[in-house]
Amino acid sequence: MAYFLIIVSAILVNNIVFTQFLGICPFLGVSKKIDTALGMGAAVTFVLTLATIVTYLINLLLVRFGLEFLQTIVFILVIAALVQMVEIILKKISPALYQALGVFLPLITTNCCILGVALLVAQDNYKTFGADTGLLSGTVFAFATAIGFALALVLFAGIREQLSLVKLPKAMEGTPIALIVAGLLAMAFMGFSGVVG
Amino acid sequence: MKNLKIFLNGIIKENPTFVLLLGMCPTLGTTTSAINGMSMGLATMFVLICSNVVISLLKKLIPDKVHIPAYIVVIATFVTILQMCMEAYLPALFESLGLFIPLIVVNCIVLGRAEAFAAKNNPWASFLDGAGIGLGFTLALTLLGAVRELLGTGKLFGATLYPENYGMLVFVLAPGAFIALGYLIAIINKLRTK
Repeated sequence: MAYFLIIVSAILVNNIVFTQFLGICPFLGVSKKIDTALGMGAAVTFVLTLATIVTYLINLLLVRFGLEFLQTIVFILVIAALVQMVEIILKKISPALYQALGVFLPLITTNCCILGVALLVAQDNYKTFGADTGLLSGTVFAFATAIGFALALVLFAGIREQLSLVKLPKAMEGTPIALIVAGLLAMAFMGFSGVVG
Repeated sequence: MKNLKIFLNGIIKENPTFVLLLGMCPTLGTTTSAINGMSMGLATMFVLICSNVVISLLKKLIPDKVHIPAYIVVIATFVTILQMCMEAYLPALFESLGLFIPLIVVNCIVLGRAEAFAAKNNPWASFLDGAGIGLGFTLALTLLGAVRELLGTGKLFGATLYPENYGMLVFVLAPGAFIALGYLIAIINKLRTK
């Protein structure tokens, strides 16, 4: 039950894009078409879950030697290396998947939701609803957060595809109208607040 | 004259928030009040200036193949220094900015300037570029924070301008961040095309 609550909370109630403001750059950048949004969402889900597991384990090592202050430096390097590695491995074992996700992988290193979630999990700074904070709930939280990101991205891309057909005042074209639409979506997501604890 | 141009470039012509649209996460996430926005801007400016100067000093020593990871380590070092100083001397501010301080590492403005400017120019010019871009970012964040604070709570830098009951709370919450920034960029687009 606690894990179910973590999932609902991370996907809907505390959606990473609309309430935490992480991962806004890809959210605005690769949301012009539903296809690319799906690809980006899948790539983020994959890397985010993997990165959280790896950084959680490395953090245990850092804590063991009293080096917590190195968290930021170590995590960003681990994530950068991990993304490179995933790219190389995917290219070798699954060219089809590489074709689908490949272009998005290099962009992910600087996606702040990866580092952000890794730091949240390492600092036990997320709602667990009574479950123990540990590798399992951290992984569940990371996975659900990534699904929330993908959901936000795909919803937004669907709206933007329609929006590209609309006639707008010159100054509102592009980013301004996209931000206002995102604001309205965030307002809709506010309706979920209070659903779980 | 050339130095002044480099400095002003970041504030007006290449304003990171309103023109280049970089660093959106802290822009939206930390601007619940003018003070918060300004502090976030100054924190980013510190990292930007330091990393720009150091990278421009080290540019001949860093092999071309690993330049991005090397830049990231330099940036992450300054972010860690900033994090520790803020935790020690400004704990309340550190608490309210929260996760966004370590996330300066992945702010595309910092890495972007290292790659586009500091790697090609001398330390003094890189310093000015960092100061200019940092100031542009700070101004943008302060402006957005002030607009949100004023519309949401009726205050400006903590001073009450009209009673809080008349404020639209939504501007302090998440949706207001997107909407306020959207309209600000639209207004600036309008002014720029004139």
